Parts: sequence; C-alpha cells; structure tokens
Amino acid sequence: MAAGLFKSELKNPVLRWVDTRLPVITLMQKEYGTFPTPRNFNYFWNFGALATVTLLIMIATGVFLAMHYTPNSTMAFASVQHIMRDVNYGWLIRYVHMNGASMFFIVVYIHIYRGLYYGSYKFPRELLWMLGVVILLLMMATAFMGYVLPWGQMSFWGATVITNLFSAIPVVGTTIVQWLWGGFSVGNPTLNRFFSLHYLLPFVIVGVVFLHVVALHITGSNNPLGIDVKGPQDTLPFHPYYTVKDSVGLCVFLAIWAAFVFFMPNLLGDVINNIPANPLHTPADVVPEWYFLPFYAILRSVPNKFMGVMLMFASIGVLFVLPWLDTSPVRSCRFRPIYRILVPLLVVDVFVLGYVGAHHPQGFIILLGRVATAWYFLHFLVFTPLVGLFETPLPLPESIAAPVVRKSPSGGGPIPGGAVAKPMENA
Amino acid sequence: MADTLAMGDHGSAGHGPKDKSKRDFLVMLPVAGAVIGAGAIAWPLIDSMNPSGDVLALASTEVDLTPIAEGSGITVVWRGKPIFVRYRTPKEIKEAEDVKLSQLIEPQPDSARVKPGHAQWIVLIGICTHLGCIPLGNKPTDPRGEWGGWYCPCHGSQYDTSGRVRHGPAPLNLWIPPYQFLNNSRIKIG
Ligand code: HEM
Ligand code: FES
Repeated sequence: MAAGLFKSELKNPVLRWVDTRLPVITLMQKEYGTFPTPRNFNYFWNFGALATVTLLIMIATGVFLAMHYTPNSTMAFASVQHIMRDVNYGWLIRYVHMNGASMFFIVVYIHIYRGLYYGSYKFPRELLWMLGVVILLLMMATAFMGYVLPWGQMSFWGATVITNLFSAIPVVGTTIVQWLWGGFSVGNPTLNRFFSLHYLLPFVIVGVVFLHVVALHITGSNNPLGIDVKGPQDTLPFHPYYTVKDSVGLCVFLAIWAAFVFFMPNLLGDVINNIPANPLHTPADVVPEWYFLPFYAILRSVPNKFMGVMLMFASIGVLFVLPWLDTSPVRSCRFRPIYRILVPLLVVDVFVLGYVGAHHPQGFIILLGRVATAWYFLHFLVFTPLVGLFETPLPLPESIAAPVVRKSPSGGGPIPGGAVAKPMENA
Repeated sequence: MADTLAMGDHGSAGHGPKDKSKRDFLVMLPVAGAVIGAGAIAWPLIDSMNPSGDVLALASTEVDLTPIAEGSGITVVWRGKPIFVRYRTPKEIKEAEDVKLSQLIEPQPDSARVKPGHAQWIVLIGICTHLGCIPLGNKPTDPRGEWGGWYCPCHGSQYDTSGRVRHGPAPLNLWIPPYQFLNNSRIKIG
C-alpha cells in the first residue's frame, strides 16, 4: 500500500482502484452488508427502510412534476391541470406524488409507534430519536408547502390558516406573518417561495436522514426485546437477512401505494381543492390533510388563540424530551405490564383527535377534543414518568439468543451466528 | 521568551491572567467580526422575503355606497384584502351602541369604530382575527351568529354589528382600514 491510500480488501482490480482512493464500497459493505443486526427483528423494523424508499420516490416524482409545473398564482392551477391532462403520464407522476405524501406519513407514524412501544428513544439512542423528530417536522413543513402548490381552494385557505398561526406570537406576530407571505395576504410571492422551499426541504431531509443513520450505526439497532446485543450469537449480518426481510415489506407497501394510485387516487384528498383558489371566499370547512388532523384538533380544542398554537407545537415538542420523561430503565413494552397498555391507548387517543380534527367544533366534538388533548399531554407528562417509577417490569431474558435458542430442537447452548447462516448459503 | 513558554503551557501556574485576557480578546475580535459579517450577509436575504416595493405601494380604492341596501354589506378588495362595507339598520346601530363595554372581549365603543355622522356605515377588514378566514354575514341570508354581525366558518368566531368579537377563539375585533368619506355616498379606502 502506498502512503495515503486506503487498504482495501476488494478483489476486483477496478473496484479496488476506486476503493483505495475513495473507500465508499468498503463503507457500504460495512454499514449495509456485514453490519451486525439483532436477529430478532419483527416487521415493525421494516418501516425505516420503507420511509427511505418513499423519500427517494417523492424526490424523483417531484423533480419531474417541477418540469411541468408553474409557480405563479395565475397559472399554477392550470399547470396542474395540464400535468393531469396533457403531459404524458403526468397523471401517474402526480398521483404517485400526491398519494406518496400520505404513504410517507403512514410509514413514519408507524415507525414512530415502533419507537414508542419498544423504547427505542431511551439511552443510548436519545439523539437518534431527536433527529427523527426533526425529520418529522421537516416532513410536515414540506408536505404543507407542497399542498399549497396546486393553488386550489384548500391550498389557499390551508396556507392562510397555518401561516396565521404565527400571528399568535405577541408583538412581532403580524410582522412575521407578512414576512412569511411577502405581502398582506397569501398571494403570488407566497406561492413562489413555497415552491422554492418545497424543492429544497426534501434534500435537507436527506441530510438529516444521513445523520439519523450515522447515529443508528454507532448505537446499533434496538430490537423487540429491548435488551442490548451481548455478542455475535445475538446478531445476523444485515445482508442478506434484513435486505430480504425489508424487500418483502417493500413489496407489500408498494402494492398498497399502487392500489391507491390506480384505484382510489383521490380518496385521501379533498374535492374542494379542485376549485381554483379564491381569496374572497372561504370554503365552509377548512380542513387540513388527514395527517395533520390530530394536531389541528389540539389547536382548536383551546378557546384561546395563543394557547392553542402553543399547545399544538408542544404536542411535537414533548416527543423531543420523551427520553427524559420516561423513568423506566426497561425499553420494550413486552416487559412493562402497564405501559404496554398505555402506548396503544395513546394511539386510540390520536385517532380520536384525528376524528375531532375532521369535524366542525360543535357540542360533543368540542368536549371530545378537550378530553383527548388532555389525555395526550397527560400520557407524556404524567403517566410516562409515574408509571416508570411504580411499575414492576417482568423479568428480562438474559440475551437475545437465549429465548430463540431454547426453543430450537437441539436445545443446546447458543448457536454462533455463522452456523445459523449456513442453510441459507447452501440454498 | 517567557511569553512563548506560557502559551505552550495551558493552565500552568505561570499562566498569568493578563496573558489570558489578551488572548481571549484576540479570539473574540475575529469571532465578533465573523458574526457581524454573517449578519450582514443574512439580512438582505431575510429582508428580500418582506413585502416588495410594488406590493407596498399604497393603493387606494374608492367605493360607491349607493347600491348597498340597508341591512346588507358588500366586499371590496384593498391591498389584496377583503373589505366589508355594511349599511346598518337603526336596530343594529342601537345594539352596537348599547352593549356594555365590560361584556366585550376587546372593549371598544361603537363610536370609535365608525366616522362621526355616518353611524349607519361600518367599514372593516374582512379577515377573522383568529387565523385569517373570511367571516360570513354580509348578505342578510348568511349565518351572522348570535350577535347579528358576522360568523367565521373556520373555527366559529362570532362578531357583532360593530365587528367586535363576542365569541372566541378570535382574540381581537375586526380591524378597521384607514378610510374617509369623500361625500355622503362615496368613501376612499387607503
Ligand atoms: C419529502 C418529500 C415530499 C413531500 C412529502 C411532498 C409533498 C407534496 C404534496 C402533499 C403535494 C400536493 C399534491 C397535490 O395535492 O397535488 C406536492 C406537490 C408538488 N411537489 Fe412535492 N413533496 C415532496 C418532495 C418534492 C420534491 C423533491 C419536489 C421537486 C423536486 C416536489 C415537487 C412538487 C411539485 C412541482 C408539486 C405541485 C404539483 C402537484 O400538485 O402535483 N416535491 N408535494
Ligand atoms: S379563522 Fe375565524 S375562527 Fe378561526
């Protein structure tokens, strides 16, 4: 090896030439090939890979949409109609992108649920978790601005209501909102900057995802038992075991996405967005896309404007500090008899909030919204710290391999990872 | 050179506070310069997002009041915003004037919201002070809420016949644009 070159172990001379100068091939092999991964993953561990693929598909379809889209308030609506009617396969690209946003949120919400249930946010993965929350916020901003681009009635009034959230800030609120708009109401300058940022933010997301993965590969993955990896008998190489398992999930996921695109492309959208934006007429019901409904419900549950806005932001904010709110040393809910009920209850609560967000705030809906909002915050700020202190966890298995191996017919001691890999290699 | 020695030996007893403050200053000076420089670069970028000159150019709108029927209002556009101009009935004026200020969310007498001698005309920026929707109520057939003024369909705020908020979540009364009467049947907004 000459001085300054990387010592590559690749056999192929061309790849080796590249790898000694730029060891990306070795890096990929280390991080995605031989990377030691807990052997007991269930299908919940598919969702990170699904989210990555979705992000790439969103960027690919978005770049092609941008070739035909016009970010001008007098032409935007017509240019989207042009994409739908005239551009070859424009309808396909747009429907993949449009439904892709929904798919993205489904995948990421399940991914977050996985983290909540199996305690993936706890030591040593706090920063990994927080980077995930940053990604969620960036996704929300991106999706919100993307929804404004077709410049329909819901685009316009959604943009108006959401940007006005910042007017709740004391003293400088109005100045900030006019700065966001570039005018005195949502208009052409707003549309232009939203397009610019809608193009930019997905690439920022790619950057944060990179950091998320770097942090993951330092701490290693959590697993359904929530206990630490103790040695090679607890892990499998990422490839081929989890590349295959991820591919299975990916096929199912893409089939569902395709079903939406080809059979019910407008199911998740709002028909009112097929009416061009009219700044002088507010539609009877301004509702956000489904993935924002729970947060919208929290906003509307508080009769005070400032408090409503604060509470809505706090609902994401609590996720940031969750690692320090949970006092239990046990990660996985499998071994937490009380918390394992509370986490699914939180999901029910979020669905209730979603239902409330979709309906006019009248009578019973208002009450339901307040109860569900209270429950949401009680869960994180009261139940989570207290349950951790008072709950008696079930006994933890001594290692990941132990419960797996005990069931095996040979009944012997831990099987080394390499030995288990044999039958696959023969096939 | 004692100085050089001290610099190569952090935290040693011989490292006088005098040297330290001198070096801190040497570090702070370029840092401060860099911060000011970064700010000078960032400001034009941030300010470029503010309303541009053509948007700011104060446009004014004249409104002819003669076609407006008593009891109803119209919507005109000024600076891209909807402006409500409503011809109030004597009953509506009386309701607006008689309400006790202590009952209001943002207390303001009706007389402060109309021009003297023109109490039948109320001119408002038709943007809900909650989150910016356009309230309903100009047409007598619109829902006008419990106080007979305007009703916001977005989150249910209600305004009285003076455009004052009577029921949340909106925190403030509807704003009044700058305007003046040119004669008894014509106003100029802006
Ligand atoms: C994080 C990834 C992304 C998300 C969540 C997202 C989300 C959205 C959403 C919700 C819409 C509105 C769809 C509709 O109702 O028509 C939209 C539209 C649009 N997006 Fe994206 N997007 C992403 C990435 C991108 C990228 C990278 C680009 C460009 C390079 C892009 C370009 C566009 C364009 C041009 C439109 C307007 C055309 C249309 O409405 O279909 N998007 N996006
Ligand atoms: S915008 Fe009018 S009540 Fe919310």
